[in-house]
Amino acid sequence: MSRYLFHRLWQSAVTLILATIVVFAGVRALPGDPALALAGEDRDPESLRAIREQYGLDDSWPVQFWQFVSHAARGDLGQSIRTGEPVNGMIAGALPVTIELSVLALLVAGVIGIGAGVLAAVQRGRPAEWAANALALLGLSVPNFWLGLMAILYLSVALGLFPASGFVPFFTNPVANLHHLVLPALILGTGLAAVIMRQTRSSMLDALSADYIRTAEAKGLPPRAVIGRHALRNSLIVVVTIVGLQLGALISGAVVTERIFALPGFGKLTVDAVFQRDYPVIQAVVLVTATAYIVINLLVDLLYSVIDPRIRVRGDA
Amino acid sequence: MKVTRRILRNPLAIAGLVVLGLAVVLAVFANFLAPHEPTQTALDQAFAPPGTAGHLLGTDDLGRDVVSRIMFGLRASLHVGILAVATSLVIGVPLGLMAGYFRAIDALISRLTDLVLAFPFLILAVGLAAIRGASLGNAAIAIGIAQIPGVIRIVRSETLRLKSLDFVAAAVVEGASDAWVLGRHILPNAASVIIVQATVAIPAAILGEAVLSFLGLGIQPPAPSLGTMLSDAQQFAARAPWAAVMPGLAIMLLTLAFNIVGDSLRDALDPKASRR
Repeated sequence: MSRYLFHRLWQSAVTLILATIVVFAGVRALPGDPALALAGEDRDPESLRAIREQYGLDDSWPVQFWQFVSHAARGDLGQSIRTGEPVNGMIAGALPVTIELSVLALLVAGVIGIGAGVLAAVQRGRPAEWAANALALLGLSVPNFWLGLMAILYLSVALGLFPASGFVPFFTNPVANLHHLVLPALILGTGLAAVIMRQTRSSMLDALSADYIRTAEAKGLPPRAVIGRHALRNSLIVVVTIVGLQLGALISGAVVTERIFALPGFGKLTVDAVFQRDYPVIQAVVLVTATAYIVINLLVDLLYSVIDPRIRVRGDA
Repeated sequence: MKVTRRILRNPLAIAGLVVLGLAVVLAVFANFLAPHEPTQTALDQAFAPPGTAGHLLGTDDLGRDVVSRIMFGLRASLHVGILAVATSLVIGVPLGLMAGYFRAIDALISRLTDLVLAFPFLILAVGLAAIRGASLGNAAIAIGIAQIPGVIRIVRSETLRLKSLDFVAAAVVEGASDAWVLGRHILPNAASVIIVQATVAIPAAILGEAVLSFLGLGIQPPAPSLGTMLSDAQQFAARAPWAAVMPGLAIMLLTLAFNIVGDSLRDALDPKASRR
């Protein structure tokens, strides 16, 4: 286990360093003089020199890179060009919204996806399987931002069932908070539910035809116990893997969903930063996303190896 | 061919192919088929409901014809779908072949794959838009780059599988060069896997384009894309729901058709998987 852990940690560290270099190089590839961009309206030579001094723009690239990394490691991601606010404060404000939305969406996707997948596998060849397959195909094909638009139009505006936009912090009013997030979470969860459903179905079919299931049936276990305790348990491994693989899609999806429902999350921060050409914010957002992706995938892999011992014995995944 | 026959025996796949064919015709010949200029505004005809004379699916807030804009939007969608997937294949297939065949560079390519994966496609697109400006071409590049890891992984594992088979060993024993083995023996046999990957990647790329254009990171107005039509329509959706419903249905039908054809192609190429 410790060898696998070490190997996996090392891999993640390398990826993280490479990602940091990419972000750093990307910012240097931005058109125009960064000092001009940072100065904004105030463009007299004196303040430009002050900015170059402050951001170390006259230093050599390795020195600049070291500055960038050591500041980022201390949690100092610079200041927004537009508002002058520290970027880490902006991110700390936006991140909880996105995390809550993503966790709720994962919950929705897990419950619907696993439920429908098990149903489709158990009801093989019957109408229920056909319906579940058709729904999964639709879920994969429907643009979720359009689904969100339709939900706002028909469920929020026409029927008034849910608030169309806005956000209430959980600790201010938990009920209102969930009421605002139900629809976005459902919308964000649909595509993922379809992917999970398909994988659950096929791994359940594999599991149901395995010898140990026949053994369980032969020793007289009721079908509910066979499916629940034996077949489903093995299929869960697949779901954990999917969460790791689909994390990028989840992050991208959250950005769009937040945009549609006007949630003040990470996605809104990202899109606003691009349109306002707020480079320090863009740089920070990209770096934070990449780091989050790498760390979560590391955790998923480690969790995966805890569930399935075969992986850590093999040593590489 | 057996594969063609298997696909043509599946009515759902035929329906998917028909929809795809129709979409391609509408997109390619949009100049001739569209009843109106897609960017031509007519404020006196704004918010005409579907069925209005001359506007089959109605008009938007500027009086632009929804049908015509959908046709040109399909063109943008297919353009990005194909361009993005072509980008990912041109870069991903050789890297996947090398990763699977040469143990020495496998680890290096795996790290590169992990690196690209660490930037979700939207974040890549955001970065690219910041560096190079928002455009349809940059959207396609961002989506294509994001799809490279998937291609590498699939081609790599297929190469690993093929490499262990006897006919490849026979070629190596005969003294065939690595390039010959890869190009003459492994690539042709991996082709079916690559084709299936491409058919599932195109609808994903089309959805990606719609998302980026919706956010304003793709095609620039007034040029129509199904995504920008939706983001415009969001402003007046309660007044003219058709302007929001129709482009979304068009995207859904297009991606659904691709997904159905992709699924049936996979089943036809690997009958074992579907019969299980």
